[in-house]
Amino acid sequence: MIAAAATGFVSSTLAVSFPNWAEITKPFEFAFFRNGVYVATIAGALCGLVGCYVVLRNMSYIGHGLSHAIFGGYVLAGLVGVNLFLGAGLWGVFTALAISSIVRRRPIGSDAAIGVITTASFALGLALVQLYGTDGPNADALLFGNVLGVTTADLWLIIAVSIFALTVIFFGYRQLLFTTFDEEVASAVGVRTVWVDAVLMVVLSFTVLAAMNVMGVTLVAANLVVPAVVARMLTDRFATMLWLSAVIGALSGFFGMNASYHLDVASGPTIVLVSSLFFIAAFAGGGRFRRRASTMAHAH
Amino acid sequence: MPEITSLLAADNLTVSYDGGHPVLVDVDLSIDAGDLIGIVGPSGSGKSTLLKALLGNVPATNGAVRRRAGLSVGFVPQVERIDWNFPVTVAECVSMARAKGLRMPWIGKAERREVEDVLGRLGLDGLGSRHIRDLSGGQQQRVFLARALFTEAEVIFLDEPTSGLDVKTRHEVLHLLGDLNEAGLTIVLTTHDLNGIATHLPTVLCLNREVIGAGAPEDVLVPEVLERTFGSPMEVLEHGGMRVVVDAPTDGDVIDLRRQTKEPA
Repeated sequence: MIAAAATGFVSSTLAVSFPNWAEITKPFEFAFFRNGVYVATIAGALCGLVGCYVVLRNMSYIGHGLSHAIFGGYVLAGLVGVNLFLGAGLWGVFTALAISSIVRRRPIGSDAAIGVITTASFALGLALVQLYGTDGPNADALLFGNVLGVTTADLWLIIAVSIFALTVIFFGYRQLLFTTFDEEVASAVGVRTVWVDAVLMVVLSFTVLAAMNVMGVTLVAANLVVPAVVARMLTDRFATMLWLSAVIGALSGFFGMNASYHLDVASGPTIVLVSSLFFIAAFAGGGRFRRRASTMAHAH
Repeated sequence: MPEITSLLAADNLTVSYDGGHPVLVDVDLSIDAGDLIGIVGPSGSGKSTLLKALLGNVPATNGAVRRRAGLSVGFVPQVERIDWNFPVTVAECVSMARAKGLRMPWIGKAERREVEDVLGRLGLDGLGSRHIRDLSGGQQQRVFLARALFTEAEVIFLDEPTSGLDVKTRHEVLHLLGDLNEAGLTIVLTTHDLNGIATHLPTVLCLNREVIGAGAPEDVLVPEVLERTFGSPMEVLEHGGMRVVVDAPTDGDVIDLRRQTKEPA
């Protein structure tokens, strides 16, 4: 509802007539749009869910770096002729594990090293795209997300990754929670925190990869952060935060993708804008919500 | 080879971080079932490192830590180290302790009763759905004790359990630890609070990189050991049957911070 209202607002200020119901549902006649909406909704939910762990562990900069690194791997895989998802997936997992092992040992300058390496990977990707192009979606679609670029393969990919992530979170729920809350104690009482970290990084890199097409490399990280922050504002309970964040992510993906089609704007920005509306609503909702937001100082 | 009767033991344990100056040197220590031990020492004396080494979080550079096979331990961190803004309720916090193996994410009916039991034992009845921040200092401390107990731990380690607590709450926590120990729980804690805690415990171990003294407080909390442990002369007084440790007065030791007022003319 919020998204629809906002779309109307934007449309009217741009002096475009507000689309009626038939116009709103019209794009659903196209298979590519349905795929796009499915992928955006599922990716939104997945990012919301995984994002809770990312935000609570102050790892949002890792999500950001990872998406940039994966972009480089994606383009490189295309050029070398390896399967795009396989190539980029392996590259992503490798980068994620490398980052997490660096973070774990925290040598001097590790943050700077992560920043430089992931940004360099992104820059390499951009340079290669401009030189040689890609077989799959074009550079703009990859950077900012595009409803036109979504294929049935993307849909299967996001479903597979979601099942994987749900399985990990379901069976590893308490290990993940304990490690996220209190890593030192968890490890002291016998939780294998190194493994938990590694599995979380693998889930994160697959999530980024599968969500990249609709959300865009540059804005995947925002979708990991915003729904989780809004959910945190609404509750003090971890289990509630998880599902709220997933729901907010899914709604943002759904309405954002629709807005993208009607406004002819890349889907990455519209999805983030819709989730930002949730943030504004929560922020306006009361002092208690705002106070909780202030507890997440590093979420950016 | 002596028979191993202890739950946990350190043999000639030496620990240094990254090959630097050793933080612990040749520490020998054995913890038996039913012990209530306080590890006493100033900041930087290696108390926390000893706890971490006993828990297996820090590797031994030399010597070894032996644990009875299958020993289940609990750990209560310093209150200051806990992220009080983290979104967990009291019940969620307690139940996360059972993190090993495959478990359902949610707290089932039977487990909910167990959570309520352990909360009840620690005087936290009905607080399960509260956020951990919305509790008093003593309650917060007890939630983490409840979490440690929820794993059916045989030994519980507490890192500075009373730092940041007021006198009344400190007494509550001490009483509680005494009761739990009475009921058979083995407890190891670190503290730098001599009068608030150490003198109340059955066994203390004075640590300053190495073990300076270990045993009953009346044998260990004596001026020679305390001076070597804290690097500053101390006296031990008797007061109402309790031992009280005070800084020994030395020349120039009294620092007068009062502002000099002018003599009235």
